[in-house]
Amino acid sequence: MNAAVIVFPGINRERDMARTLELVSGREPAMVWHAETALPAGTDLVVVPGGFSYGDYLRCGAIAARAPVMDAVRAFAGNGGLVLGVCNGFQILCEAGLLPGVLMRNAQLKFICKDVYLKVERSGTAFTRGYNAGQVIRVPVAHGEGNFVADADTIARIEGEGRVVFRYCAPDGALSPAWNVNGSTNAIAGIVSEAGNVLGMMPHPENHVEAAMGRTDGRGLFAGLFEHLGQAA
Amino acid sequence: MKARVTVTLKTGILDPQGKAIEGALKSLGVAGVASVRQGKVFDIEIADGDRAGAETRLKDAAEKLLANTVIENYRIEISG
Repeated sequence: MNAAVIVFPGINRERDMARTLELVSGREPAMVWHAETALPAGTDLVVVPGGFSYGDYLRCGAIAARAPVMDAVRAFAGNGGLVLGVCNGFQILCEAGLLPGVLMRNAQLKFICKDVYLKVERSGTAFTRGYNAGQVIRVPVAHGEGNFVADADTIARIEGEGRVVFRYCAPDGALSPAWNVNGSTNAIAGIVSEAGNVLGMMPHPENHVEAAMGRTDGRGLFAGLFEHLGQAA
Repeated sequence: MKARVTVTLKTGILDPQGKAIEGALKSLGVAGVASVRQGKVFDIEIADGDRAGAETRLKDAAEKLLANTVIENYRIEISG
């Protein structure tokens, strides 16, 4: 796994992400500054981490999405390269046009920092092959703007194409408004691109990867990616 | 040349911030407030060029950055 973690001013989760990538793959990822115009040669996974790029000015992720490095990320994704965006990274990928929709202010207007339960809707993606479809995982969220919104046609399309891979749910996997932490349309927590090679999600799987963190539910995502890339190589 | 770009949420897009402001206005006793929608205003000075050129560039700015057209509309006004 030759991962590249994109670093924007104001990002604060890049080291958690780098640590997890190294833990799972045994290889330190490249940290790529936003002003770069190319990704390191041989990159096979791009990760856009969480944080508050540009202080969330204008709209969350809006300015980062127009940074020089994003043209390289767009080209990489266009060639089928795997791109993972977490939290602010999800917001950035939406603003960059790599994923549909937008993340709006949480419905209850509060910043939410706690563990949530996610239902894994699909296991047949490079990102979720480490899980079984229908499995429930527990991972943290930490965001003020995670309320996924898109027009009705877009929602119908991504649902119809099976592109919703994570949904907020109850501990037993049941869907109900009480467990939809931020009011997202259809409790959507994570979606993939049309080609399936770009994943954006609000929760932080990188923060539940070893026993010392209390849980390891997030590890399957990275272990699955590692396995996928090992087989592709 | 001075210009103003106003960005507003599209109809039908939920605006929790506007709702909170609406609630606050009501609790302050400001009478007759039926609803509030929050938007953004950008005052932009165009260094040179003609009016038509400025309009094209401002449209470019709005489409590329100032508005997210998934959820927002924008309006451009140019004054002298």
